[in-house]
Amino acid sequence: MSATQDIKPADTVGIGREASEKQSRKEAARSDALGFDPSAPLLEVEDLHVEFRTREGVAHAINGASFSLSEGETLGILGESGSGKSVTAQAIMGILDSPPAFVTGGQVRLRGVDLLTLPEESRRLVRADRVAMVFQDALSSLNPVFTVGHQLAEPFRIHRGYSKQEARKEAASLLDLVGIPAASGRVHDYPHQFSGGMRQRVMIAMALALDPDVLIADEPTTALDVTVQAQIMKLLADLQAERNMGLILITHDMGVVADVADKICVMYAGRIVERADVHSTYGNPAHPYTKALLESIPRVDLKGQQLATIEGLPPNLTRLPDGCSFEPRCSWARERCRVDDPPLYDVGAGRQSACHYYEEVLGS
Amino acid sequence: MTEPAHATPDRAASAGHGEMVVSVRDAVKHFPITQGIVFQKTIGHVRAVDGVSFDLHRGETLGVVGESGCGKSTLSRVIMGLIPASSGSVNLLGDELVGMRERDLRKVRRNVQIIFQDPYASLDPRMTVGGIVGEPFRIHPDFAPRGDRRGKVQELLEVVGLNPEHINRYPHQFSGGQRQRIGIARALALRPQIIVCDEPVSALDVSVQAQVVNLLERLQEEFDLSYIFVAHDLSVVRHISDRIAVMYLGKIVEIGDETQIYEHPTHPYTQALLSAVPVPDPALRGHREQIVLTGDVPSPANPPSGCRFRTRCFKAQDICAEEEPALVSRDGSVQPSACHFAKELDVIHATR
Repeated sequence: MSATQDIKPADTVGIGREASEKQSRKEAARSDALGFDPSAPLLEVEDLHVEFRTREGVAHAINGASFSLSEGETLGILGESGSGKSVTAQAIMGILDSPPAFVTGGQVRLRGVDLLTLPEESRRLVRADRVAMVFQDALSSLNPVFTVGHQLAEPFRIHRGYSKQEARKEAASLLDLVGIPAASGRVHDYPHQFSGGMRQRVMIAMALALDPDVLIADEPTTALDVTVQAQIMKLLADLQAERNMGLILITHDMGVVADVADKICVMYAGRIVERADVHSTYGNPAHPYTKALLESIPRVDLKGQQLATIEGLPPNLTRLPDGCSFEPRCSWARERCRVDDPPLYDVGAGRQSACHYYEEVLGS
Repeated sequence: MTEPAHATPDRAASAGHGEMVVSVRDAVKHFPITQGIVFQKTIGHVRAVDGVSFDLHRGETLGVVGESGCGKSTLSRVIMGLIPASSGSVNLLGDELVGMRERDLRKVRRNVQIIFQDPYASLDPRMTVGGIVGEPFRIHPDFAPRGDRRGKVQELLEVVGLNPEHINRYPHQFSGGQRQRIGIARALALRPQIIVCDEPVSALDVSVQAQVVNLLERLQEEFDLSYIFVAHDLSVVRHISDRIAVMYLGKIVEIGDETQIYEHPTHPYTQALLSAVPVPDPALRGHREQIVLTGDVPSPANPPSGCRFRTRCFKAQDICAEEEPALVSRDGSVQPSACHFAKELDVIHATR
């Protein structure tokens, strides 16, 4: 460590931006030099295409997804397994396994800079510093052979050039921030010594370490009990409000999204089929798939009756139908849907729906 | 109908269900914690199930809810006779399982079957569907003569909505929902009277989940099955269950019918659990009673004194540490609730 400046007293070493701005001691890798424009929109994903080249053929995992996210906003991405929600997140983060995955088109603009055109070294700088991610399975995302403190300190040492001691101190205050009791004592513990909820808190702490502008949470609470889920969602919401982060929440749980999201993208077979604010999506869905999803949730007034189901299966992504991908399972489908893939129609008030017959769906 | 611990035939009749098929009294399952390699010494017990009593009637569905580690799964395995209870009584269709010989257990067990949570892990990837669904016949050869088995398996596949021609396929050739149907067909093979459903839809997508729930309800009617439905998704449990038992750290803290538990919960834990369930209606955001519990479930090896929930309870007072509340009806609650301060609180509707 070639620290030339005086070491600050411990109590003034804060977390987040203030602290990081004071850091110039070591030539640490920073993402600032990449030309981010503070006045540009926070995150814009435009016409993203991702395919997986496999032995069985080319799976079109994402076929033209577009959305945007601003500061302090929560975007919920809803969809079933295989709909492309996680792949979207991984494409934004730049952590797709390639091969087999290839981004074949589109842009992911963070503050005006298209991340997809950046070389890998620059993308590394963006990760954690600007865009961070929380994964579903905290146990397999944490390294079992290093202490939690070590893993939490890593971003500070790599991205900020902190000394071991300083980074360790930051790690402890991060654990404290995410509500882990007796945090300074627990930095020396290993992941297996934490409960599921506590591990997810550690993951969140790690993601927030460098105060990112965008946080992507991929099914952050799916593996947790409802009581712990409520704790984690509250923690995420509090931290987001405090730091004015943009939050992308990926989940298949319609309830979680309804509780926290401002706007929603519904994905099906690699496409966004409906995009709207949360109240319109739940109050009056504009796409048959969204409508069917909402109807398949057990409700009190339907007790004793059959649940509405969506018959059939999502299409094989290697052989997408010519027309609308949802056509084979759709109760509104007509001849036109089989041949003519619907674009995202503007259906008013900033909402879009990829259905030829959205007017009928809306009115039903 | 407030005292399941002393259920009478009248109560069963009034609930619209048939005779009692499972009757559990003070069931206890403690797992020893041992130390030492050569000379093993028991240094404590994990009290996974610690004094549970309930009844299940023919054609009825009992939902069991609670956080992970509360003993739901141990309880379901005790009922199946897969794990012997440490003490208490588990009566299955008139046979007492506690203390029964393994040979006799095997015969009794054919009446209780189980559907597991993860359809990817609970089916042997190297067996064909025919082999999986027909395996119960191999274990109980008197049930179906060898020549009959293929036909019986195909019949079962049809019952659960699978194509009988797919009998020679392997599990990986099916989707998650279809695999769960294979698991259900296997559970149905021996025409059991009771099926334990251990989180049967948790691993499935919403749209597929609805298909499986519908199937389970149809089968219940068709074969007059009794279900013990263990799950953590409270909305699914509400949809399918007649009665619901809420478990915490090895004990039932509240038990009642679906309306009592969901509309008039009286135990603080039930209330916290219900309030934590996100409701798919953004209009309710911020208008519901929110009880966010702090901390995690304490270790069942060393449960808190008195009321086990007191360490996380928002109502806890001194008496809770000293005296364990019994599971009885009190002034504040119609259904049995194990809380000194049981009082109704609406947590699922907009109240603010």
